[in-house]
Amino acid sequence: MPAKRTRQRRRVPAALLAPAVVGLAFLILPLAGLLARAPWTELPARLAEPAMLDALRLSLVTATLATALSLLFGVPIAWLLARGDFPGRSLLRALVTVPLVLPPVVGGVALLLVFGRSGLIGSWLHERFDVTIPFSTTAVVLAMTFVSMPFLIVAVEGALRGADVRFEEAAATLGAGRWTVFTRVTLPMIAPGVLAGAVLCWARALGEFGATITFAGNFPGRTQTMPLAVYLALQSDLEAAIVLSLILLAVSVAVLASLRERWTTVA
Amino acid sequence: MSAPIAHGLDAHLVVDRGAFRLDLRLQVAPGETVALLGPNGAGKTTALRALAGLEDLTDGHIALDGAVLDRPRGGGRWVPPEHRRIGVVFQDYLLFPHLSAVDNVAFGPRRRGLGRAEARALAADWLGRVGLGDFGKRRPGQLSGGQAQRVALARALAAEPALLLLDEPLAALDARTRLDTRVELHRHLAGLAGPAVLVTHDPVDALMLADRLVVVEEGRAVQEGDGESVTARPRTDYIARLVGLNLYRGTASGRTVRLASGAVLATSEALEGDSFAAFPPSAVALFRSEPDGSPRNTWRAVVAGVHRHGDHLRVRLDGPIRAAADVTPAAAAQLGLEPGQEVWAAVKAAEIRAYPA
Repeated sequence: MPAKRTRQRRRVPAALLAPAVVGLAFLILPLAGLLARAPWTELPARLAEPAMLDALRLSLVTATLATALSLLFGVPIAWLLARGDFPGRSLLRALVTVPLVLPPVVGGVALLLVFGRSGLIGSWLHERFDVTIPFSTTAVVLAMTFVSMPFLIVAVEGALRGADVRFEEAAATLGAGRWTVFTRVTLPMIAPGVLAGAVLCWARALGEFGATITFAGNFPGRTQTMPLAVYLALQSDLEAAIVLSLILLAVSVAVLASLRERWTTVA
Repeated sequence: MSAPIAHGLDAHLVVDRGAFRLDLRLQVAPGETVALLGPNGAGKTTALRALAGLEDLTDGHIALDGAVLDRPRGGGRWVPPEHRRIGVVFQDYLLFPHLSAVDNVAFGPRRRGLGRAEARALAADWLGRVGLGDFGKRRPGQLSGGQAQRVALARALAAEPALLLLDEPLAALDARTRLDTRVELHRHLAGLAGPAVLVTHDPVDALMLADRLVVVEEGRAVQEGDGESVTARPRTDYIARLVGLNLYRGTASGRTVRLASGAVLATSEALEGDSFAAFPPSAVALFRSEPDGSPRNTWRAVVAGVHRHGDHLRVRLDGPIRAAADVTPAAAAQLGLEPGQEVWAAVKAAEIRAYPA
């Protein structure tokens, strides 16, 4: 009876099923709770509150700037890591990915030490240009970039490694120099990977908390991004915190949906 | 080193890669097509990549129309691929998947500084010349194998290369498409002003497309000449097998050649010294008992295998002279051929060609 045998084989062992169900409940219930507690009737009014809009606008602008910076610097880094031929490349890769596993607060402290008024670069910036970075919107962008750029680098490096270099060779035989090969052949061919990396990077920047609050502080309108606003609202106004959280949740789901095609099916 | 010839390709390709060493001299005149013919792993593609600048020479030189493109020794010179003006038709075409057919072909002209519209017009013209005028907007993924091959050819030619390289240009095509594409490709190669080098492991492609063959085995040229001389007088087992000849090397003395195994073949030509002897499988007759009469070579052989070959059967023979013999199915049935069976083989001396090694 082959049919029965295959059915038996497909049955999930209870020892796996039970923890899986508990784990799924743990992942899904808090989100469901968030939705259940949401003040749906007051939502439009609460969303229109100036403080809320300020935080939202600041978050969107800074996360987008951080993503732009990450693209500007991260794509060349990814290219170096994927195609470069120099000693210490694997060490460099390890260093670049440190922010992925580093507690963001530590990242914030490190940024403060470098860009702070007495820091390595900060003191020079202050003396030469009278520029102070910490506790400014610029600091928010830098903190976000520091934390989220590795996501982009890892995604783009993976795409570059997966790309067939022979297309680049073909372009070279047609008269394309290295820069033209990169812009006309390599980049278009890895565009899906770059896009996925950028979306991931943007989502990570949007959720940034630890490094931001350490390095940029929590000033409404200037450095108070959505996650910071959620945290602050939690102390006084639970409903506001829920509304802010809902927005972030909606953005996350949207990001996931946009990535679904290339992320879940490729992996 | 002598000065490179002023026109066409003059190359001495030396590439050392651990256990493998390519050492190949190659001269191709303008308008001439040379085929590098050899088994897989012989170094043909490495030679092509070295010419294109995608692989560095260890030694030797590459000169095109008198200009040195690569010479590791003696001052050293290396021109990057984008400045070599060498067009390549790659084995799997490598059409840019993100560009339409016409933009693929326009890629080379664009790099030469033509404007977008100008380059597109030129590309459309080239697509027309390879019979794909209506396919310009298609992406490579929407083209058949034969169409992609022609786009790849148009792309290489549109860049106006001083040398055209083709790496197994027909290998990826099915048998039918191959036939048409081969004729088409021959037309384009014949119309080419510059030199062309073709890499293939298919003797038919080599014979049909090239003016001259260079047989490459284990990184070296083992035989060179026009199709007729190479196929009529093969110098290695590889070529003999390709053209379907039994080939032996031995010492000639008058009209006989003594093989290493001790067997002696009577041949049609008088020769002295180190020689080849060759005959086609169709020249071998098989008998159950020793045949008599006529000036033939006869020997006892053991059937090692029998398989279909076209509309006849090819019989592999073991014994003092290992050979392939072609017999009709009727003859095979009459002889009751099966592996392990003993037969007598006979070849007329007039059927055996002998030539100096």
